[in-house]
Amino acid sequence: MSLNTPIRTASQDPADSTIAQVLPRVPRNRRNLSGPRLSRSYRIVNVILITVLSLGGVIMIAPLLWTFSTSLKTKEAVFALPPQWIPDPLIWDNYVRVWTAAPLASGIWNSIIVSASVTILGTIASMLAAFAFAKMRLPFKNVIFLALLAAIMIPFPTIMIPQFSMFASAGLVDTLWPLILPGVFGNIVMVFFLRQYLASVPDSIVEAAKIDGAGYLRIFFTLIFPVIRPAVAAQFILWFMAVWNDYLGPIIYLNSPEKQTLQLVIASLNMTYASQTDYPLIMAGSFIALIPVLVVFAVFQKQIIESIALTGAKG
Amino acid sequence: MTTPVSRRSRLHRKEHRAALAFVAAPVIGFLAFIGYPLVFSLYTSFTSWNGLSAPVPNGLDNFVEMMGDRYFWQSLGNTVFYMIGIPIGLVISLLLALALNRRMRGLTFFRTVYYVPVVSSLAAVAILWQWAYNGDFGLVNQVLAIFGIDGPNWLQNASTAKPAIIIMAVWKGIGYSMLLYLAALQSVPSHLYEAASLDGAGPLAKFRYITIPMLSPVTFFLVVTNIIGGAQIFIEINIMTPTGGPEFSTASIVWYIWQKAFNYMQMGYATAMALVLGLMVFIVTAVQFQINRRFQFAID
Repeated sequence: MSLNTPIRTASQDPADSTIAQVLPRVPRNRRNLSGPRLSRSYRIVNVILITVLSLGGVIMIAPLLWTFSTSLKTKEAVFALPPQWIPDPLIWDNYVRVWTAAPLASGIWNSIIVSASVTILGTIASMLAAFAFAKMRLPFKNVIFLALLAAIMIPFPTIMIPQFSMFASAGLVDTLWPLILPGVFGNIVMVFFLRQYLASVPDSIVEAAKIDGAGYLRIFFTLIFPVIRPAVAAQFILWFMAVWNDYLGPIIYLNSPEKQTLQLVIASLNMTYASQTDYPLIMAGSFIALIPVLVVFAVFQKQIIESIALTGAKG
Repeated sequence: MTTPVSRRSRLHRKEHRAALAFVAAPVIGFLAFIGYPLVFSLYTSFTSWNGLSAPVPNGLDNFVEMMGDRYFWQSLGNTVFYMIGIPIGLVISLLLALALNRRMRGLTFFRTVYYVPVVSSLAAVAILWQWAYNGDFGLVNQVLAIFGIDGPNWLQNASTAKPAIIIMAVWKGIGYSMLLYLAALQSVPSHLYEAASLDGAGPLAKFRYITIPMLSPVTFFLVVTNIIGGAQIFIEINIMTPTGGPEFSTASIVWYIWQKAFNYMQMGYATAMALVLGLMVFIVTAVQFQINRRFQFAID
């Protein structure tokens, strides 16, 4: 995490250490192996635990591997007893067929449009709001903040029906707008975490910039954003994955197959082809739907795990 | 008024305007997409409404109907039943976190493996578990067959459908709780354990009197968020048992609300149920905060 910013160099005050404290304690494993030599009994317990953890790990991964294995079988090989983990023959054709069997490509595209527009615009809105709540003077700002925060407790199902009727009277049902619009105004969870994060940034920096007559947008982008960037990145990824995986919103608003998001597309693929017992096709579709989030997780694992750990620390 | 004061207040006003512009987006979003729908559903709860024509007020009819609607009670009961998975998941994830908090090899690997289901899309996961629960050819029964157990047709059987969904939910969720517990375990100051050792405390006593209390904020957070989330369980039900399961055994309250609102167009009745759900979530959460406060006092 490079904090190569004016703040880092300008302030040798406790700010740095407070920022460090706010950062979550990330499980660091290499450190665990250094230190005094482990006792014999400690190592025996470790061997037992690794065995148990491996068995558990198999349970965690087996359904995913099973999906992949099924997706490479023929329709008939699915019903072979005993089951084959490595299909013979390997049928890659399911990954070709599935694109025509279901509107998978438009599903991916729709999911990208919704997730990207919600998270990009919503993140900008959330960052600015968090900055204002943390560092600017505004009458009743804490009351406003707490009111917004309390809204987290309102379950989406409680408001989904009137929200649906709102979008229906605007003629926006069966478009992506009902999924995009509520999100672009920001995400209060993100505002909350960024506000917490900003609490560790000394006010004096902002005050100094104010006295210099800098505009607030300028202050935000030159002084604040570089500091909160790691937190923003982590929250952004988490939010992106949440929108990507959303299901209840899309199922309410989207009817036409070519308007559906990826999650709905695979759900209707499942509905349609289960009766024909074409499980390899269904599993190929599901596996394709899993790939993007798994790739994002693989690439951003560190940020994701850090911000989850931070959630707990702040929760 | 002296010049410095008026200058300062002018600056303040400028700052207020800028701050207001920055917080405007979430406030407008809240008012338009949460506040207004909430107020509107307060009204439609007391109406007969099909979503197309104007709502017709019908007093307490919806709530009277709810009291006598056995599907409402059954879906509510099912939803509460699913929450059995919450303590099970928390215990498993705490055990996992304790194991991963030791000095040994492969920790990062295990952490990743247990976290993969958390990031996976629930729709895809529900589809693959539905296949895994297939009575004749599913993965679950084939594994059970190795041990000579003849597994049921999980999702087609009223007595096994709910447990099947709970098992899947636990599988999906333990990685998340495990990670939070692990982070909390690593932030317990080691001097507490050292002091306890000096006082002659054994591992169990240390666990009972240091670890558990130090983890209680995380446990509280997880219980609260799991209950709020569990009250809204829907995707698994919708995908794995599209008709609400054998004998309505898997239908959750959100599934039933969704069904009533969007398949039967009984939107007035559905908003009434949704409002009751929202109220219950609110009350349960408030009670938990109260209990938590008292519990904290007991520690002090």
